[in-house]
Amino acid sequence: MGRLNQLAINDEGFIFDPLTGESFTVNRTGLFIIKKLKENKSEEEILEDMLNEFNVSKDIAEKDLIDFIQKLKSYGLV
Amino acid sequence: MKKIYEKPVITKVETGFMNKFGESPLYHRKIRKDIDGVSIEELVSRFGSPLFVISEKQLRNKYRTIYNAFASRYPNVQFGWSYKTNYLKAVCAVLHQEGALAEVVSGFEYEKARKLGIEGKDIIFNGPHKKLEDLEIAIREGAKIHIDHFDEILDVEKIAERLGKTVKVAIRLNMDAGIKPQWSRFGFNLETGQALDAVKRIAQSSWLILNGLHAHIGTFILDPNAYAKEVEKMVKFAYEVEDNFGFKIEYIDIGGGIPSKNKLKGTYLPPDISVPPIDDYAEKITEALYSNLRPGDFPKLILETGRAIVDEAEYLITTVFASKRLPDGRKAYICDAGVNLLFTAFWYKFNVEIDREVYGVNEPSVLYGPLCMNIDIIDDGILLPPLERGTRLIFSPVGAYNNTQWMQFIEYRPNVVMIMEDRTVEVVREKEDLTDIERRERLPEKLKLL
Ligand SMILES: Cc1ncc(COP(=O)(O)O)c(C=O)c1O
Repeated sequence: MGRLNQLAINDEGFIFDPLTGESFTVNRTGLFIIKKLKENKSEEEILEDMLNEFNVSKDIAEKDLIDFIQKLKSYGLV
Repeated sequence: MKKIYEKPVITKVETGFMNKFGESPLYHRKIRKDIDGVSIEELVSRFGSPLFVISEKQLRNKYRTIYNAFASRYPNVQFGWSYKTNYLKAVCAVLHQEGALAEVVSGFEYEKARKLGIEGKDIIFNGPHKKLEDLEIAIREGAKIHIDHFDEILDVEKIAERLGKTVKVAIRLNMDAGIKPQWSRFGFNLETGQALDAVKRIAQSSWLILNGLHAHIGTFILDPNAYAKEVEKMVKFAYEVEDNFGFKIEYIDIGGGIPSKNKLKGTYLPPDISVPPIDDYAEKITEALYSNLRPGDFPKLILETGRAIVDEAEYLITTVFASKRLPDGRKAYICDAGVNLLFTAFWYKFNVEIDREVYGVNEPSVLYGPLCMNIDIIDDGILLPPLERGTRLIFSPVGAYNNTQWMQFIEYRPNVVMIMEDRTVEVVREKEDLTDIERRERLPEKLKLL
């Protein structure tokens, strides 16, 4: 899970990394995904959760999830 | 009930979070739902995407604003429409209706102006490559010939002699007006005395009369003082010529170069701040005229303003075709228009507007065109909210140099429409198909596969 577990995350979507001093903002969907990742859920499980939580088609959610995780990787967060 | 979905976004908070205008760059976006009251959706559903859209109203307004800035300060002003900037017939016709001459730089552009109904006497023929047959037609038809080099003096003289007709000509000058790089490859240099040599040679000819001076010191000139310098040098030279050779310089053509409200790559300030208002240019130029002209002398002032007139009157509507995540974390969008249609993307950073409200935080994004070419980038660093496939992006200003320097490369060129003053929409250049591209090709008999 990389750095994810060390991050301080509040419900407004503000994320702070105490080790590097970096901060990030995420929107509601982003926060939802990050919380699931911290629970060690797989991408398939998260996708399932997204479809239950949000009014979104599987195609779009799947594409966005993959895209979001790549973005987290680019920040070195996962 | 399920919650409303918004694409997931994470953005790193940088120091200097707020920009200097006090709004969060994370939520700033520009929305445009119509052009001159015609909705983007209607335009695309009728004419397809990508789509160039020219506003007749904005074109005329811009011309009038710029023309009036000069005409209200000096009694003898004439504009020449620089064809190379945008030679779509509809654009040229609007500007000719407004009173502009045609300024052309090749036989092809000359032919275009004539075919549109412009008489030779209303055409300024510039450029370093006037082929003899083109030059002869222009001389016969009484065009204003602006001589670029010594070979051309001799060419014009020979043609004049053959036609048994004395010909009025102008010469193009180049000079140090403080602009870097100095455009020294066109015309005769002032400071080295080359221009004076050209005048001497013209004075020796019994077929040539010098009646005008021309210069064009560069393009996208952000300093109005450069024009003051140019005008001062041209007027002084005009009097030197008049006093020593007995010619009357009837007009001084100071060329183009006034910037449009576009953003040069690598500049920080928005164009509304970095580009001086047109009145500053008009003020400097006419001030320089009045302080150097002799009392009662008002030679015609010709301007060949190109981009400043047409750039802001045209938009390109594109559609987001796909998106991907780059290894460095940036979001990339593939649009249906790229550098094939937007030649000026190489030096401009366009204004990008979205056709709809989009939820979500902005993230650093890149806009690619459709070409299978690494250089096909329209914007390599723009903050955009997450965009759904099918979203339309509107680029502007794109009126200058794109409809002339676009390439038929890999893709067809799309429709160009003009929104008329009454809000009807006319196709002014129909989208291409295979017949346009292959009309000139010949397949040798033995290579035929069918
Ligand atoms: C001779 C001449 N006149 C006018 C123009 C128009 O210049 P601009 O579009 O910068 O006004 C050009 C452009 O290169 C030019 O070469």
